[in-house]
Amino acid sequence: MTTATGRTPVVRAHRVRKNFGRLEVLRGVDLDVFPGEVVVIIGRSGSGKSTFLRCINHLEKIDGGLLYVNGQLIGYREKADRIYELREREVAEKRAEIGMVFQQFNLFSHMTVMRNLTEAPMRVRRLPKAQAVERAYRLLDRVGLRDKAAAYPAQLSGGQQQRVAIARALAMEPSLMLFDEPTSALDPELVGDVLEVMKGLAADGMTMVVVTHEVGFAREVGDRVIVMDEGVIIEEGVPEQVLSAPKNPTTREFLARVLTPTGSVGATSDVLPEYTVKGDPGT
Amino acid sequence: MSTPDAPNLAPESNADRIVAVPVRHYGRWLGGAAVLLLLLDLGFAVARNKNFKFGLVPHYLFDPVILTGLKTTLELTVIAMAVAIGLGVIAAVFRLSPNPVLKATSGTYIWFFRGTPVLVQLIFWFNLGIIFPRIRLGIPFTDLTLWSAPTNDAIRPLTAAILGLGLNEGAYVAEIVRAGIISVGKGQTDAAAALGMRRSAVMRRVVLPQAVPVVIPPMGNEFIGMLKYSALASVIAVEELLGSVERIYSTNLRTLELLVVASIWYLACTTALTIGQHYLERYVGRSRATPQATAGWRIWTLRRAAH
Ligand SMILES: Nc1ncnc2c1ncn2[C@@H]1O[C@H](COP(=O)(O)OP(=O)(O)OP(=O)(O)O)[C@@H](O)[C@H]1O
Ligand SMILES: [Mg+2]
Repeated sequence: MTTATGRTPVVRAHRVRKNFGRLEVLRGVDLDVFPGEVVVIIGRSGSGKSTFLRCINHLEKIDGGLLYVNGQLIGYREKADRIYELREREVAEKRAEIGMVFQQFNLFSHMTVMRNLTEAPMRVRRLPKAQAVERAYRLLDRVGLRDKAAAYPAQLSGGQQQRVAIARALAMEPSLMLFDEPTSALDPELVGDVLEVMKGLAADGMTMVVVTHEVGFAREVGDRVIVMDEGVIIEEGVPEQVLSAPKNPTTREFLARVLTPTGSVGATSDVLPEYTVKGDPGT
Repeated sequence: MSTPDAPNLAPESNADRIVAVPVRHYGRWLGGAAVLLLLLDLGFAVARNKNFKFGLVPHYLFDPVILTGLKTTLELTVIAMAVAIGLGVIAAVFRLSPNPVLKATSGTYIWFFRGTPVLVQLIFWFNLGIIFPRIRLGIPFTDLTLWSAPTNDAIRPLTAAILGLGLNEGAYVAEIVRAGIISVGKGQTDAAAALGMRRSAVMRRVVLPQAVPVVIPPMGNEFIGMLKYSALASVIAVEELLGSVERIYSTNLRTLELLVVASIWYLACTTALTIGQHYLERYVGRSRATPQATAGWRIWTLRRAAH
């Protein structure tokens, strides 16, 4: 499970396939993510980005291929050349090592911010309350929301909710963070705060897989950009190359839509003028 | 629905207040008068009837036999409802479980108990002693017995009533709880699962607490319904409120007067329950947890933003 460089990838996807009924959503995805790496996934709506992220922490069961996290098969156990499905408890234990942030925040709406942050560490990790609370305050400081500890999610803005959601995932001290369009549901002026928190995380060496259309973020923070289309990776490389000089015509077409102010996806970002595509995207 | 602008406008509009003759609703007056007349006539007909002795109503209202019946009615309602809630929550969770056996069991339970009349079920439980002379609690398919009793002792009328009403009501409660569970978005269950919480923990810590405020109003209705359905137990010789009233009027033949007495108690109880339900809803609604509260909050913030 180690590569030529000797490092164990945090995520290793090998020909990962996933169907919903007759719909093939992932058709053989290959990807290695190394420790400390920030991989940004872009691609059209419906290309399978969310599904791939959900497969990484086994929220979706894969139908083919192999998927390893930290060197261990996700959802299964290998023993003497055979593969056994993991028990629910074992799946849960592995999920606890992987943080996930959703587009719709998904905070527990009946719990205060503090309880959102302490629930899983106390129940899953059996952390004593005092320690869990201390950890929660540390994380709230980090996302700039210490004064919101007693608030309920509905009393927070979208941006604040998303920062709490990031803190909640971090409270489990994961070795990998998955972000599924964390800023897509936010008002433009709130996007910056969330991206700032994510940048801080990346700077601290967190391994991250981020689905986002924030091209500015991809350029600044991403080590690699992956372009997905119809369930496969069609292009991959350093951000500068993929975003500025894409080889694949589908990528070019997609980026042209994301980057032009008339496009619907990234048109809200205030960093837009900085990041127009060099060259003619139409050719 | 007062708008924040209203206080500013009020002093000015006071100065030149509109003075207009309101529309006369002659139709309403006529309709109201006619109904009032009919009600009065009905009232007199009952009051003047020599065969109906009003004086007996207060006399029997606090009769010990009736008070004992009332107590039995309340006990039966509370216990049957407790059985129903326990069964209903289990059946709802089973129904939504990925385990096909649990799912089918729960589905069949709901199908059967919702699809047959309660009265039939009550009589069935009452007569169970005929086909199963003994009840045995032990390991299935073995002779190991932990506890056993003759059914006629074990299933006394009150037990039969609790079983009949509780099992039947459980099927309805299951559907209410299932709706409550479904009302909690998949996003939160995904988030909880992603944090490493197991399915049972997600259900207990995240889903059920949020289903409660959703479930309380319909559950209040079920409680009130149960109080009234419990009267059916009189058929299987349970001396609850109706049963006790029946016992008295079977000897003195003051059927109507005693039914009025029973109705007064039923109304008093349902009224108390309605008031209780109102306060419970208010209490549960305090947390900002419910989606309605969330929406309310959003509207409030939007309104503030607009000004
Ligand atoms: N639970 C599901 N059941 C059936 N089909 C699904 C399910 N989840 C996703 N799909 C389908 O799988 C395809 C890929 O969906 P996915 O959410 O992974 O796309 P995406 O790349 O994340 O798109 P977007 O940018 O719109 O979020 C879509 O066609 C979608 O309709
Ligand atoms: Mg998606």
